[in-house]
Amino acid sequence: MTREEIKALILEIIEDIDEEADFATLQPDQPLRDQLDLDSMDFLDIVMELRKRHQLQIPEEDYPHLASLNSCVNYLEPLLKNA
Amino acid sequence: MPVPFSQAADSYDVIVIGSGLGGMTSANRLAYCGHKVLLLEYHHKLGGLATWFKRRGHIFDVSLHGFPYGMVKTCKKYWNKAIMHSIVQLKKIVFDNPQFSLETTFDRQDFTSILHNHFHIPQATIDTFFATVAAMNFYDDQSMTTRELFEQFFPGRSDVHRLLMEPITYANGSTLDDPAITYGIVFSNFMNRGVFTFEGGTDKLIGLMSDELEKNGVTICTRSKVERIIVEKGRVRGVEVNGRTIEAKAVVSNSGITNTIDNLTDHRAFSEEFLEKAAAIRVNNSSCQVYIGIKEQETIPDIGDLLFTSTAPEFDSQELLDQHTKSKTFSLYYPKTRPGHDRYTIVASMNSRFEDWTRLSEEHYNQEKELLIARTLIDLDRYLPGIQKKIDWVEAATPRTFNHYTLHTCGTSFGTKFEGLDISRSIFKEVGGLFHVGSVGIIMSGWLGAINYGVIVSNDVDGYLRNLNG
Ligand SMILES: Cc1cc2nc3c(=O)[nH]c(=O)nc-3n(C[C@H](O)[C@H](O)[C@H](O)COP(=O)(O)OP(=O)(O)OC[C@H]3O[C@@H](n4cnc5c(N)ncnc54)[C@H](O)[C@@H]3O)c2cc1C
Repeated sequence: MTREEIKALILEIIEDIDEEADFATLQPDQPLRDQLDLDSMDFLDIVMELRKRHQLQIPEEDYPHLASLNSCVNYLEPLLKNA
Repeated sequence: MPVPFSQAADSYDVIVIGSGLGGMTSANRLAYCGHKVLLLEYHHKLGGLATWFKRRGHIFDVSLHGFPYGMVKTCKKYWNKAIMHSIVQLKKIVFDNPQFSLETTFDRQDFTSILHNHFHIPQATIDTFFATVAAMNFYDDQSMTTRELFEQFFPGRSDVHRLLMEPITYANGSTLDDPAITYGIVFSNFMNRGVFTFEGGTDKLIGLMSDELEKNGVTICTRSKVERIIVEKGRVRGVEVNGRTIEAKAVVSNSGITNTIDNLTDHRAFSEEFLEKAAAIRVNNSSCQVYIGIKEQETIPDIGDLLFTSTAPEFDSQELLDQHTKSKTFSLYYPKTRPGHDRYTIVASMNSRFEDWTRLSEEHYNQEKELLIARTLIDLDRYLPGIQKKIDWVEAATPRTFNHYTLHTCGTSFGTKFEGLDISRSIFKEVGGLFHVGSVGIIMSGWLGAINYGVIVSNDVDGYLRNLNG
């Protein structure tokens, strides 16, 4: 997957979690949590969805990598390079 | 719909033991993720403590007194929209005790104004207090107790401590000596928007959940008590039920954590260190309840949805647990609770100790139950004068009743104290494929806590199963 595709994947998963999420003003380098009103349960949903769709196992200690859109892409890029 | 146990297959991906809200949620999520799931429940109906019963045209709810607004999002994401749309606010929460009498919507805004106008607490103190509790996380330092937290912000103000603590003690059995973070997390959840309930009653909720489980392909068997979790070479192999072995790659126990370790699993499956820590788990208190049914044609005025009442001079965790406590909550169920079912019921709830009720002889036990009912009706008469004449059903439940229906250690109503969370979260590191879900650690109890914990655990189980499959 390209960086753009990974970004689209993350946003699609977030949209499934919260259909009212507004991406128009989303700052890719700022925490998703503050901008989209996501809580820790929502991050768990992202982890579970990535496992379901791409067989990715994200250990708990890596959850902080999912903080912002950019950090998600940086973390997932090597893991999804063949996806 | 549950199927007869004889129809259960010989092997599954996951077996969930117990259909409390935690167990049902794990079963639902795992089936949704594509695993083959068997849900086994000892009782004849689903729901665990989220239950109800019928008497002479009345429907009594056991644990539908109120939950935080977070249930809306949680039900939408992990159950379905029909369930979410039935969640409605309880707007009239009443406190009445020798220190103060007031009515509130039990949210941050209203509490801020009450603390300021009624208790004359400076605005800045109130704001810092709310900000402090809202920022608490379960992994934070837990050395500070709730008592210390209250003394820091409201020194010597036993009236304020009572306002802040009493409802939470009823909600999860915690006391001033439990870690402040457990208080902060639960209190903030409520303060977010207030107290909510499920319109249509517990029976409707469990019915909708049961439909969703079926839709996602979960096989459900009731009247199926798991006798033993089978462990071989450090891994679960399945469970033993009604003399039959059913195999599974993973087992999720929604039986209490102490039950799971002490009664369902062979101790040899665990390390010494783990058993030592498990032995130190303290379970929470149990409850007493009095269920009161109002005659069919009678009505009662709106005196509030949830009443925290006490004639004890000050708040005291021990007094709340006393067999003859002067403190109790009244939950009022007006016809709006179950639209179309035009009846009124009232449930009085008290916290209670298992030992106080198990040490009694059968005769003495029945006498104490009658006295409990009598005291409750006297207290209720203060709010609804002449209520005795409008009643056509009254009965009581004690810690023995809760133990009987859920098998929980000492009839615990709210799982374990804080240390239970760590044991519950780490059991799968001891025995491959064995997981626990259900009320633990104070914060993972209550309807919202149990459901969210069900999701957290199903994520662990899903990860484990997908690893196995390679
Ligand atoms: C009186 C009372 C009032 C409450 N009021 C509220 C409230 O107003 N709001 C709120 O949010 N929460 C309330 N609670 C708490 C809430 O009901 C519980 O925290 C929650 O329902 C517990 O869910 P759980 O997943 O831990 O499972 P439980 O409900 O404890 O269920 C466990 C299930 O496992 C089954 N089981 C156990 N062992 C076996 C076995 N060996 N084989 C098969 N099945 C087994 C039991 O039969 C049971 O069905 C109240 C609790 C009580 C007791």
